Formats: sequence, C-alpha cells, structure tokens
Amino acid sequence: MTFFDASLLRSGEYHDWLVQGFTTSLQLLAASFVIALPLGVAIALMRTSHGRALRGLGATLVEGIRNVPLLAHLLFWYFAFPELLPEPVKLALYDSNPEFICAVIALSLYAGVHMAEDIRSGIRAVPGAQMEAARSLGLGRLASLRLVLLPQAIRIAVPPLLSQTVNLWKDTSVATVIGAAEMMYQAARVETATFRSVEAFTFATLAYLTVSLAISLAAQLYARRFPVRT
Amino acid sequence: MIELIHDYWLYFLVGQYPNGPLGGLTLTILLSSAALVLAMPLGLLLGVARVSPWRAVRWPTAVLVQIVRAVPLLLVVFWAYFFLPAVTGVKTGQATTMLMTLVLFDAVYLAEIVAAGIRSLPKGQLEGARSLGLSYGQALRLVILPQALRHVLPSLVSQLVATIKATSLGYIIGLSEVSFIATQVNTLVFTRAVEVYIVLALTYFMLCFGLSRLAFLLERRMNRRPVSAFATKVTP
Repeated sequence: MTFFDASLLRSGEYHDWLVQGFTTSLQLLAASFVIALPLGVAIALMRTSHGRALRGLGATLVEGIRNVPLLAHLLFWYFAFPELLPEPVKLALYDSNPEFICAVIALSLYAGVHMAEDIRSGIRAVPGAQMEAARSLGLGRLASLRLVLLPQAIRIAVPPLLSQTVNLWKDTSVATVIGAAEMMYQAARVETATFRSVEAFTFATLAYLTVSLAISLAAQLYARRFPVRT
Repeated sequence: MIELIHDYWLYFLVGQYPNGPLGGLTLTILLSSAALVLAMPLGLLLGVARVSPWRAVRWPTAVLVQIVRAVPLLLVVFWAYFFLPAVTGVKTGQATTMLMTLVLFDAVYLAEIVAAGIRSLPKGQLEGARSLGLSYGQALRLVILPQALRHVLPSLVSQLVATIKATSLGYIIGLSEVSFIATQVNTLVFTRAVEVYIVLALTYFMLCFGLSRLAFLLERRMNRRPVSAFATKVTP
C-alpha cells in the first residue's frame, strides 16, 4: 500500500464521487450567494433607514442569526423547520432535494446577515453630504439611494464582501451535517469506503484552497483597480 | 418547551457527567475558553512574526496564515482526527482533537488580530523605543505589545464568540458538546424538533450575544479613552 495513491483521484468511482462533491459545493455557494447578497442589501438598508421599527427589525435579524453557529441553523432548518410547514408543502420538499434546499436556506441567511454588516459599514462610510446633495438636486429618496449612495457604498464594500464570500465557500462544508452531498461529505464517504484518508482529504483541501485563493485574489485585484475614492 | 427544559436541563448542561464524560454546554464553554487561552501565546508569536522585519520569518508565517484561513475548519478537524492517531500512535479522543484544531485555528486568527494591533501603532513608537537603546525584542515586549494588545481587546472577545460557535463543529466527530446533546434529546423526545432546536439556538444566542455586547462596550470605552501615546498631557 503506497502512502499516496494518485490514481484514486484521477479516475474511477471515487474520482466521480469527489468531483460530484466539488460541483455540489460550488452549486451551494452559487445558490446561497445569489440569495444572500440581495438579502444583505435589504437588511443593510433597513438598518440605516429612518424608521425605528425597520431599524429594530434589521438589528434583531442580524444579532439573532449571527450569534448562533451555522451548525445550529442547519440542524434547525433541516430537522425542525419542515415540521412547521403545511403537509403538501412538506411532502413537496421531501420529494425534491431537502438537504440541498435546507442548506441553501441556512447558508444564505447566515451569509446574508454578515454581508449586511459589510454593506452597512460601506453605507456609513459615504459622507452624509452626498445624500443631502442628491436630495437637493431634486432626486427622490429611493432615486438618491439607487443612483448616488449605493454605488459608492458598494464600491467600498466589495473587498469585505468578497472575503465574506470566502467564508460562505468554507461554510458550505458544514452542510455535511444534514447529509448534503457536498465536498466534505463525499471526501468522508471515500475515506469510509477505501480507508484512503490522505487522498480524499488532499483532494478536498486542494479544492477548497483553489476556490478560496481565487476569490481572495479577485478581492486584491479589485482593491487595486478600484481604490476607494476619498 | 418549559417541560422539555424541566426534563433535560441537567443533561443539556453537563451531558452524562458524572456517569460519563463531561459534555453539554459546560464542555462547549470549557473547550472554547481553553482553546483561546492556549492559543494566545502561539498567536502572539505568529502575530509578531507576521510583522517581523525579516522576510525569512514573515513569509512562511504569511503562507501558514493564508492556508489555514482558506480551508474550512471542518476539514482541519477531519485531518486532525485521522492524522493525530496515525502520527502519535495514541488514539486521540474527540475533545483532544477538537481542542488542538481550535488552538491552531485561534492562533492563526489571533495572529492577524495581533498583527493588526501592531500595525495600527504609529511608526515612531518602535523607532523611539529602538533609539532609546532597547533591542528589537525589548521594544516589542515593553513598548509595542502592551499598546497593541490594549487596542485589540474587543477583537479578542469577538474571537471568543467565534470559538464558541466553532466548537459546534465537534458535533461531526461525535464530541458531546451542546449541539450534539441537543440532537440526542431530539431523538429521545422524537416529535418536538422545533422546540429542541429553538432551545439550542437560544442558548447559543444568550452566550454569544452577551459576549458581543461586552466587546462593543469595551470598544466604546477604549475609543473614549485614547491610548496613552496620543494623550500625552502637556504640562504647563
């Protein structure tokens, strides 16, 4: 038995499992990101709005979700949440892909509130006079938000948002607890089937490293290309 | 929910202790505090190495920090779980595995916090200390680190919150911390998953929210009282 048997990773059934896991992880990342980002913008706008009730609701969402580990979120959404659904919806959920759907709900909420905080600091970093100037030019509140405030805020928030995306990518691994067939799950499955833990986890490590480092690199390039205007 | 808490509170708090290993919320808290305390010296060392004037020290540290931060903690847990026994020849328990993983993980994050604290100090501090005749080591120990650490105290509390949340991953290797106990209670009572997991979420929330408020208060206090370097009183 060799220490590292690379042929296991190059072809065959185990190769297919690992590649499938990697693809599912990427799908989890994409699906959660697409929901988390608009959610983050919405919560950030709530937290910076003038309405007291809205601000309170935004703060409650952020603190309530952020202070509970992702694992507890996943356990709740997978084991408890379906119990609250009406029967037909519940059956429809179980008929589709409940592990994936529940993982996406948990991941996008968790990532969403973290992104909201980054966007909020972006909004707060834009000088208040910008908003006043936009308003005095005759733009409505929403138009000033959309045309003046948010473009500047997002530009400031992109680097932290990208590092939040790295976190989201790493967090997809936790979905293994509810049996979503992502990278971590498949690596552990290959390990159980073959006892080749070194190969399986090396594959997983390289997969996670590649995507994380690619996103970090994008963040650095962005920060260099579009430095924050002061 | 009240009935559930009434029946299982002790199990939830300490697991099977004293008839078995310590578990539950107590294990979660003990493990996270121990991890942070043990990681502190290592984090300080790595943090200082991260801003070291020597490239040969700075670059390897940067590589280590980048790699550990780029892979999921769960993967590190798995590596440790399968490798520690293979390397040491001793079967390591779940608690030991988790503790070691958390120490490595915290040390790397602390290194970034410490390095950020050092970088936030005005350059003149180090130059001043050096020109007074202190060696680089002395300047760090006597002048730089005391100020840097004061700056980063709120971040340390936030790191404790992150560690508490991270202990939940021990669930996957069967560590009987609070999430694991909650899942066991869930199998015992069977049809009350909603209540069980809401109790679990509330438990984490109270702990972590309390601590993050503490971090917030510390931050505010430190902002109000500027670091002595800037507050030199000019005596008339």
